Amino acid sequence: MKVLVSVKRVIDYNVKVRVKADGSGVDLSNVKMSMNPFDEIAVDEAVRLKEAGIAKEVVAVSIGVRQSQETLRTALAMGADRAILILAADDVHSDIEPLAVAKLLKAVIDDEKPSLVLTGKQAIDNDMNATGQMLAALTGWAQGTFASKLEVEDDHATVTREVDGGLQTIKIKLPAIVTVDLRLNEPRYASLPNIMKAKKKPLDEWTPANYGIDIAPRLEVLKTAEPEARTGGVIVGSVDELVQKLKEKGVV
Amino acid sequence: MAVLLIAEVNDGALNMDATAKAMTAAKMLGEVTILCAGATVQTAAQAAAKLGPAKVLRAEHDVLSHRLAESTAELIVTLSDGYDHVVAPATADAKNVMPRVAALLDVMVISDASAVIDDNTFERPIYAGNAIQTVRSEDVTKVITVRTSSFELCEATGSAPVESAEVSTCATLSEWVADKVAASDRPDLTSASVVVSGGRGVGSKDDFKLIEELADTLSAGIGASRAAVDSGYAPNDYQVGQTGKVVAPELYIAVGISGAIQHLAGMKDSKIIVAINQDEEAPIFQVADYGLVADLFTALPALTDQLR
Repeated sequence: MKVLVSVKRVIDYNVKVRVKADGSGVDLSNVKMSMNPFDEIAVDEAVRLKEAGIAKEVVAVSIGVRQSQETLRTALAMGADRAILILAADDVHSDIEPLAVAKLLKAVIDDEKPSLVLTGKQAIDNDMNATGQMLAALTGWAQGTFASKLEVEDDHATVTREVDGGLQTIKIKLPAIVTVDLRLNEPRYASLPNIMKAKKKPLDEWTPANYGIDIAPRLEVLKTAEPEARTGGVIVGSVDELVQKLKEKGVV
Repeated sequence: MAVLLIAEVNDGALNMDATAKAMTAAKMLGEVTILCAGATVQTAAQAAAKLGPAKVLRAEHDVLSHRLAESTAELIVTLSDGYDHVVAPATADAKNVMPRVAALLDVMVISDASAVIDDNTFERPIYAGNAIQTVRSEDVTKVITVRTSSFELCEATGSAPVESAEVSTCATLSEWVADKVAASDRPDLTSASVVVSGGRGVGSKDDFKLIEELADTLSAGIGASRAAVDSGYAPNDYQVGQTGKVVAPELYIAVGISGAIQHLAGMKDSKIIVAINQDEEAPIFQVADYGLVADLFTALPALTDQLR
């Protein structure tokens, strides 16, 4: 079977986020960018399916600025076979909304006809947690979100999902969309030989116009602000003092 | 404005805390109808009526029994006609279902709204809570999940008529296999007034008992940092943080937690924060009202003892 895995280029998770003083957004100029950590887990899972002989081909897709090529090269170095980039923005500061991303991915799916689509449960920039579910809606396919375990057999997949009360296991018909959570696997580092090999793997570039899809945002961002800062309090000297303070506050 | 609020119903019972907080947000937007969906929701519907909506819709069908996304989204879309807003508390279930609803309606979802500015405008945290974005939607229907810790409980002293809603859904794309839910007498993490959380500093699954003992002494819910969950000290549903649960109790006690930004995003709205950590440089002390620099293995039993 063919597995499609969708990846997003985001601010590196170790970088301190700076909100621009004019309230127009988060400053991404000259900031280290990386593959969204949840998407890395998705790529790794797709490659594991290939290594297990279940997937024949792994295709990585990214939607965004030209620099997303690097993110796709990382996916190729991790073991994806080929990549598709949809150039949807010129400025690193323009975020393509999940609905538009889902529409573009739907168009790619119509061409590629994968049996399974894997992606991260959310991107660590806009924290929407929506693309996978929206793609499942547009394709009319089943969805298995927040997966911490995935077993693929013939025409279905068994997905264990991280939910509020613990874990839920469901069986979904393929083709399907699965969004992955943190504990599905520990993604590999690409080795140097694989990074070299990845440079020769095919990477096609398209634009939303090739698919005839309107990606105009539906949400207008009026303002981006720093959260209200919480000021640190006092350091107490002992357990006794802590208990006394908490009793004074009436919380214990 | 007409608002359809999707109640959080688990196994036929209403999650009053999540639903009542989302109700507070929903009431800011207009006249609210509450939808209770599941296999049998009579009890949940009666409880939801106390929140004083215009009416409660009761949608019952076996395919709705485990809140599977496909059938639940189909139901919500069918019922959404005539509503300007479709709102749900941002629980794992709703985060699973609501984006699907939005895409079926060809609108964007507004995830995790932390404030209602007006009918079309909302605040939501991005970048793990490092920034707050104000967004305005011009979509015909606004599909919104609400960050419950940002809203007060709506009083449950009202009443409302309960109507049956027709369920024609027959989606069979997915089926439920099993739930693995740890039975516990402890208060639910997201609604507990006191939460005790353990981090990597706790060191092992066995030593997590120290957290449990303090929690039980205080009748508190138990949380954990991502590091503690990843290390296997605590189950996934304990995780507090941007990708786990967001809590805002009266008292939050962080033990052996360094205070990674994504953890802070899940608890920094707590009224009083206590941090116990051996490392005086730990970022958690920058948000704590009371910090204790100490070895948790001696401090925690002493604290539990004094509070008993």
